Amino acid sequence: MRTYSGHSTPKASNALYRQNMAKGQTGLSIAFDLPTQTGYDPDHELARGEVGKVGVPVAHLGDMRDLLDGIPLDAMNTSMTINATAAWLFALYVSLAEERGIDPKKLSGTVQNDIVKEYLSRGTFIFPPAQSLRLTSDVVTYAVEHVPEWNPINICSYHLQEAGATPVQELAYAITTAICVLDTVKARLGGDARIDGVFGRISFFVNAGLRFVEETCKMRAFVDLWDELGRTRYGVSDEKLRRFRYGVQVNSLELTAAQPENNIVRIALEMLAVVLSKRARARAVQLPAWNEALGLPRPWDQQLALRTQQIMAFETDLLEVEDIFDGSHVVEAKVRELRKAAWREVEAVLSRPGGVVGAVESGYIKERLVASNAARLARIERGEQIKVGVNQFDQTEPSPLTEGGGESILTVDPRVEKEAVERLAAWRATRDAEKVHASLAALKVAAKDGANVMPASIACAKAGVTTGEWAGALREVFGEYRAPTGIGGVATAGGGAGGRDAEATELEAIRATVRELGALLGRGAKMLVGKPGLDGHSNGAEQIALKARDVGFEVVYEGIRVTPAQLVASAAQEGVHIVGLSILSGSHLELVPEIVMGLRMAGLTKVPVVVGGIIPAEDARRLLDAGVARVYTPKNFELNAIMRDLVTLVREANG
Amino acid sequence: MTEDELARRVTLGERAAVAEALNLTEDRRPEGRARAIALLRALRAGDEGARAHRVGITGPPGVGKSTLVAALTRELRRVSRTVGVVAVDPSSIRSGGALLGDRARISPDPNDQGVFVRSLATAGELGGLARSAPLALTVLAAAYDVAILETVGVGQTETDVRHVTDTVVFVVQPGSGDALQFLKAGIMEVPDVLVVNKADQAELAARASGDLAAALATLRSAGALPYDVPIVLTSARDGTGIDALVAALGAHRAELAGPRLLARRREGAIAWGLRAFVRRHGEVGVETRGGEQNVREAIASRLDEGAVIPQIVDEV
Ligand code: B12
Ligand SMILES: Nc1nc2c(ncn2[C@@H]2O[C@H](COP(=O)(O)OP(=O)(O)OP(=O)(O)O)[C@@H](O)[C@H]2O)c(=O)[nH]1
Ligand SMILES: [Mg+2]
Repeated sequence: MRTYSGHSTPKASNALYRQNMAKGQTGLSIAFDLPTQTGYDPDHELARGEVGKVGVPVAHLGDMRDLLDGIPLDAMNTSMTINATAAWLFALYVSLAEERGIDPKKLSGTVQNDIVKEYLSRGTFIFPPAQSLRLTSDVVTYAVEHVPEWNPINICSYHLQEAGATPVQELAYAITTAICVLDTVKARLGGDARIDGVFGRISFFVNAGLRFVEETCKMRAFVDLWDELGRTRYGVSDEKLRRFRYGVQVNSLELTAAQPENNIVRIALEMLAVVLSKRARARAVQLPAWNEALGLPRPWDQQLALRTQQIMAFETDLLEVEDIFDGSHVVEAKVRELRKAAWREVEAVLSRPGGVVGAVESGYIKERLVASNAARLARIERGEQIKVGVNQFDQTEPSPLTEGGGESILTVDPRVEKEAVERLAAWRATRDAEKVHASLAALKVAAKDGANVMPASIACAKAGVTTGEWAGALREVFGEYRAPTGIGGVATAGGGAGGRDAEATELEAIRATVRELGALLGRGAKMLVGKPGLDGHSNGAEQIALKARDVGFEVVYEGIRVTPAQLVASAAQEGVHIVGLSILSGSHLELVPEIVMGLRMAGLTKVPVVVGGIIPAEDARRLLDAGVARVYTPKNFELNAIMRDLVTLVREANG
Repeated sequence: MTEDELARRVTLGERAAVAEALNLTEDRRPEGRARAIALLRALRAGDEGARAHRVGITGPPGVGKSTLVAALTRELRRVSRTVGVVAVDPSSIRSGGALLGDRARISPDPNDQGVFVRSLATAGELGGLARSAPLALTVLAAAYDVAILETVGVGQTETDVRHVTDTVVFVVQPGSGDALQFLKAGIMEVPDVLVVNKADQAELAARASGDLAAALATLRSAGALPYDVPIVLTSARDGTGIDALVAALGAHRAELAGPRLLARRREGAIAWGLRAFVRRHGEVGVETRGGEQNVREAIASRLDEGAVIPQIVDEV
């Protein structure tokens, strides 16, 4: 039982961890901020507004010391959500242990180290797939040899469901990711190396949604599929090594901003899926907080999440009984169905040119996720999928929980960034520049030569290299990557099909207004959808872009991680009529006014700017004051209504 | 701002002016069209763009054209040449909407005044070329050293691209026989440069380029090949072969220099004018004007008088 946490500074996060441990938490789950996850130091242009926001900044060994101060590394199970820079954070952790005289063989924990789902959903990739997988493989093989109690990779289908994946897609793409990693490791170890040990060390991080019966069956299907893959494809003979080990974070995508207290119930129901079946029970469960869709949880919110698990474990009789589903025909049939469908999709991916990597690079998998998500949102908008408190039963008494407005979430002090930059400068001033230089040079050589980068990274950590320097060196060798957005090839229903006439009429009506708008403007109405900063939450931007296309806009969308200056340049060069920004990471106050200013300075005085995402009410007012025309939050679930607004805004702006 | 002033700023490469000029070229309102014509006339009078190299990049979907344009742009900037890009993406016939994602592959430095990228939707046009793409290319050619037009398609699109560019690059990827089939069947005019992209798939790429070379040889012996078409192997992803492509483009441009270039551009403008005329007035319109040859001649003489295509189409 643990909650995923970290914010502001290493010291503040350390205090939080100690508090949580005092409350009975038995492990540590570290959330890093986005600059750390994407390999930038706090003083980098792209880090602006993001330092210490959604996790803790760790820029060097000194930060790691502060973060884990007084926490017994040899007695602690530490989970680190880190991917593109996993090799680096792992190197810092091992270095700290060695510095404290702890044998790395005694360390236990996990680095997430699953890059594939970063391209598909989570967004904190840096290098192209092939080079990234090589880093993944380096961490895996190093850990298996030198830190044997460590889980060097945690394959995540969790994030796929958060990007819209159906249960079948979640199963299939988790398995294809595993295949991709195992095949890479195998190739790097030499064609006929045995990889039973590696297979046995792979663990999973899965999702559990509200349809908990189907989700229970999904977990059982996972157990079977993994066992079968081990036996058939990799010849793993030891049954124990083929056991499907997994942790869970239950679904957040279905948690609502409207009547957020209802989420307490949703979360408890989601947990059922991963605890009910003993044979397929999760090893570790993380629950989101009831106010998930409002902003970052406060300690009290996290406590409620922890208590929910404790009630399940200690007050119910669940742990006293054997598997309650064994022998159930209903469950068995459902499991079989999921397994079959998932395997078909696995084969579809494997048969694509370039295999799994090819299916990532061409956008094949991403497109499927975006399409599933679009279908889901459309069902909600049509009222076909009921969301209590959102599209039905939306009357509510005033809630005492959210009365405080901005008070109901955790906010991060903006001074945190300045302090991090100062700490970094101080760190740089005290280290031996020559050693830094030499260790970075050695890292680049290892990267080029194909040697395992872990030893060189550990040497860098000890020499005082920073996160940005480590990643910068590898950026030089490997190059940087932009992942496919997945929206180009998505065909949406577009209306017209039987029983959906009302929807088709609605769509046609909006299209007519967009056409009229085009006549007024003299050319097609054009929109820029932008994701400024390091925020990787792309769902909203993707769905808005798709919908805007479907109603007739010409849409320019450049994917995630674009700087404000780039967005301004694109808006100007493309001659767009409206700019829509999507920010969920909390950096809107830093980034949005800058973009509005930039647009005005570039002479785009008439172009309305709208913003969507996780924007607290008070911040929304500030953005409107800064010249933003509209602010949307998850409460605005009706995309058609948003589209009508956009048309009106452009019409008004063009007199 | 007057159109003359706008034209002047365009030729200075002022990005805001280029953007505004491009907006005008798309404008379908009568007053917008009139301004666009005035602008194009002003650009033409200054003979701007004559020195620029107008390059068309075309080929089947997904072969890596956009990635290649991005790599090409980087390489051209490295050797200090300024670059303007028009990337054309298809619109949905049903909604008229379009997703224009090609900027993502270029992600130019926003502070670099020497790069400009505009995406265009085909806006219901048949074939792969947006109606305003040729005009947009004219504007970019006035502002930058190299003006690149990227568009999807084979067959008619490829021919259209030829009309408005100096050099047509046809891109294929290993393992697909399309280009070969098109060449052999005469569906596709022979491009000026052939690129086999994704050459990081070495074996397949070598085979593809071998097949293409053989097809070209057959055409040559049949006398159907006016010049030697170079085949360049690139990996847009890894950035290899891009310098060779730049060299091939330069060589083709050099070969065309002088009267041949002028002749090609004039021929192209007439052909494009005819297409635009037919689009506007239909086959019936051509008949009332005494047939295709007469329309061609009318366009040619108006061109020689300094008119520009949209104006000619309106007038003729
Ligand atoms: C799904 C999700 C993810 C997915 C994202 C998948 C993807 N590719 O998008 C995954 C699992 C990868 C993820 C990761 C993380 N997440 Co998250 N995530 C969410 C979650 C649950 C839902 C967001 C979502 O996709 N909703 C569905 C879409 C359709 O809705 P939407 O984007 O809000 O869009 C709607 C409106 O806002 C509006 N809109 C949005 N954009 C635009 C743009 C325009 C132009 C217009 C007109 C309208 C508009 O219209 C849409 C229709 O209603 C939210 C919480 C929540 N329930 O909202 C947390 C949340 C956003 N995540 C959060 C965090 C902290 C993270 C992580 C940083 C965790 C970590 N430390 O590693 C990572 C960071 C990833 C990264 N690279 O940035 C925080 C952000 C905190 C904050 N703002 O202070 C949230 C709020 C959860 C929380 N309470 O802690 N996450
Ligand atoms: N292996 C490899 N892949 C490439 C190369 N160039 C492009 N790609 C990939 O091919 C896919 C298509 O690339 P694009 O540049 O979008 O191709 P395009 O021809 O512009 O596509 P459309 O505009 O949709 O017709 C992407 O997944 C690219 O990453 C290359 O040189 N090698
Ligand atoms: Mg393209």
